[in-house]
Amino acid sequence: MSDEISTTANDASANAPVKRRAKSRWNISSWNWRGFVSIACFFLAWQGAVSLELPGFTKIPGPSEVVHTFVNDYLFTQSYWNSWLVSFERVFWGFALAQIIGIPFGLFLGTSKLFNNLVFPVFEMMRPIPPLAWVPLSILFWPTTESSIIFITFIGAFFIITINIYDGVRSIKQEHIWLARSLGASRIRIFRRIMIPAVLPAIAVGMTLGIAVTWNVVIAAEMIASDSGLGRLTWEGYVSSTPPVVIVGMISIGIAGYLSTMIVDIIERRMMPWKYK
Amino acid sequence: MTKASITNVKTPSSALADRPASGKVSVRNVTKIYDPEGVHVVALDGFSMDIEAGDFVAIVGPSGCGKSTLMNILAGFDTLTTGEVYLDDQLLAGPGTKPLPGSDRVVVFQQGALFPWMTVLENVTYGLMKKGVLKRAEANEKGIEFLERSGNLGRIANSYPAQLSSGMQRRVEIVRALINDPKILLLDEPFRAMDTVNKNRMHQHLLRIYQATRKTIMFITHDLEEALFLADRVIVMTTRPGTMKMDIAIDLPRPRDHAMMASEAYLALKQQAVFAVREEAKRAFDRGEREMA
Amino acid sequence: MTDTNLPAPHAANLPIEKYVLAVTGLVGFVVLWYASVKWLPIDAFNRLPDPLAVIVEWTSPDPDYGISIFTADYYTHIFYSTYRALSAFVLAVVLGVPLGIFMGWKKSVHNYAYSLLGLLRPVPPLAWVPIAILLFPGVELAVIFVTFLVAFFATTMNTLVGVKAIPEDYFRAAACFGASDRDILRDIVIPGAMPSIFTGLQIAMGAAWFSLAAGEMIAAQYGLGFIIWEAYNLIQYPTIVIGMATLGLVGYVSSMLVRWVGKRLMVWHEQKLGMAG
Repeated sequence: MSDEISTTANDASANAPVKRRAKSRWNISSWNWRGFVSIACFFLAWQGAVSLELPGFTKIPGPSEVVHTFVNDYLFTQSYWNSWLVSFERVFWGFALAQIIGIPFGLFLGTSKLFNNLVFPVFEMMRPIPPLAWVPLSILFWPTTESSIIFITFIGAFFIITINIYDGVRSIKQEHIWLARSLGASRIRIFRRIMIPAVLPAIAVGMTLGIAVTWNVVIAAEMIASDSGLGRLTWEGYVSSTPPVVIVGMISIGIAGYLSTMIVDIIERRMMPWKYK
Repeated sequence: MTKASITNVKTPSSALADRPASGKVSVRNVTKIYDPEGVHVVALDGFSMDIEAGDFVAIVGPSGCGKSTLMNILAGFDTLTTGEVYLDDQLLAGPGTKPLPGSDRVVVFQQGALFPWMTVLENVTYGLMKKGVLKRAEANEKGIEFLERSGNLGRIANSYPAQLSSGMQRRVEIVRALINDPKILLLDEPFRAMDTVNKNRMHQHLLRIYQATRKTIMFITHDLEEALFLADRVIVMTTRPGTMKMDIAIDLPRPRDHAMMASEAYLALKQQAVFAVREEAKRAFDRGEREMA
Repeated sequence: MTDTNLPAPHAANLPIEKYVLAVTGLVGFVVLWYASVKWLPIDAFNRLPDPLAVIVEWTSPDPDYGISIFTADYYTHIFYSTYRALSAFVLAVVLGVPLGIFMGWKKSVHNYAYSLLGLLRPVPPLAWVPIAILLFPGVELAVIFVTFLVAFFATTMNTLVGVKAIPEDYFRAAACFGASDRDILRDIVIPGAMPSIFTGLQIAMGAAWFSLAAGEMIAAQYGLGFIIWEAYNLIQYPTIVIGMATLGLVGYVSSMLVRWVGKRLMVWHEQKLGMAG
């Protein structure tokens, strides 16, 4: 039979084992050796494919070469860390603007029938347009590259955030609002005590999805239309035929994306302490 | 095999069917220790009981007393640490045996486990089709027959579970179990989430089925009234580690109805049991408080 | 405007009134666009193409910049984009759904695959563009690969979540009736995960168009993303908007198709929703 059947929590383990968490997260039995094996295999396969010069891998550097390039040419240079800073700044502004504008916009769409009927069709019409398709218009419109990249990043996160908030508002039970009204709560009070807590989870979802899209958009926008940032670094590695740089760039972007996800996670925990024990 | 399984479910005044030849359960000195991440939890501690074939046994205890563990071991969802379980004198589970579920011990689940993506008829005939003896058309015919006997459920054969009330879903789930002609029916608090009226109706329904089929039934619940009303025997379990605290024989006449619950014999039995259950519930509560602290 | 009433379904909201508002919103949007481009004395707006120019160009039998609904080129580009998006999507489904199913169902597969996916996932798909060009012979495959990556992650993760969400008791019940591993896969795991799989497919479809647009802008000779970028470089501004709108339209239609197929396959799920109100 499948694993699920024999090794499940039931009565005893579900109902309060004496200590709730294992003492050490690193004990041997819970160590995921399979995960380690697959990651090790991945790197071995990569190195192997490069060493054997398999088709497609003739231009690709192996992991050792990448590490070598990274440590020698990038790790201690100002310009490398500057790329980090520039990309992070763009992500931050695009993300923050999308939150600042998207949250009230979503709330408004969800609460005002008139506004909804008037604006939602236009909103739905624009939503399927991929954010990066906005690049040319954005460059035309905004005076600096910086502002146009931030705008595209904003577009990427804005629709996702707004639609999440909108769904969040619509999921509030009408009864709750009636109840609050019948108890004589003012509109501001209803907004503060019912709406805001109810949409907090939606805000959190929007943040998680938003930060992922934001990085994606910033990287592409940098490749298409910028001369700085981690996306540009990666692209330049390709243009200047230095493949190790491409991979250094990719890994840096991966780490940067991961760090931002962690930060967003921490903010979410602060926002909704009841969701995390 | 009893072919005329639930022929007379619809007539409540039918006499109790004869005791079947199979369906005897023997639980001998079973201990179950969970050891997740080094936390030692004794769920069952030397638990023993014997169920005669055709008996309706209810097991009552506070939550976390190991009654679900017992059921999981019987159903073949979980292993035991020491002890043995026999079904009709055949070893079902012992230390080191691989847990093996089977259609001779079908479970009706607490939350309900009709497959939402199958129609009622597909659900009911699922076990028959897996056995591979009957053809699709034959299985459907048998399924409709069983549904019809269980209070005219044939008309919902092509509905999906989500379209039914919870009472209906339970009935279908019981039909799905019975159609396989199991030796023992394991009911894991099946009426827990129901309101009183529906619960009473389901009790009547279950009793009618029992009258007609005389399947061995193990009924797990934390509701003492329910246990006393339905069962031939009520076993009260202690809070963890689970052992048997009390074994009460309910020799009230069948068929039973709710008027019986006012009889003196019933009240005397209830008095006896209430105290035992209360005591265990309090111990479980106190332990919970300690563990929270 | 600041009515705290939610747009409840049973509220008296005449459909006619709703349509009037929707049309007003759309017309208002177009007028606002036209007015700000044509009459607003701000340079940034004046650089953008106005809606009238776009419509004229789009529907002209003899377009100024070579792309309209009457030119074969237009459909060639649509064909290329659709072909890429579709092949990437199909590949993602064929690989992602089985992987997600086995990751959700079998603990060991989960352990092997999850760490590796976790390692690769933080790298935004578009950061793979340069390495994909190096890895694959020809730009065509590289663009499809990048598009595939996003769709693949979305499909796998949602399938995984779907399998994990199947109640344990379903597996147990099936085991009671003597279902084999194969039966459980066919009768429980796949249908149980189906709603979540289709959510994943919709997300995957959206994501595929998202990165396809970017991929085509960065590195392609045909396709709607290419049109947009090309039109920008050649100062054929109305064509930019034609490309954007077409991308939005094609993306929307493909999401609709996925949703429609999902509805067809999950009658039981639809009816459940119907019951819930």
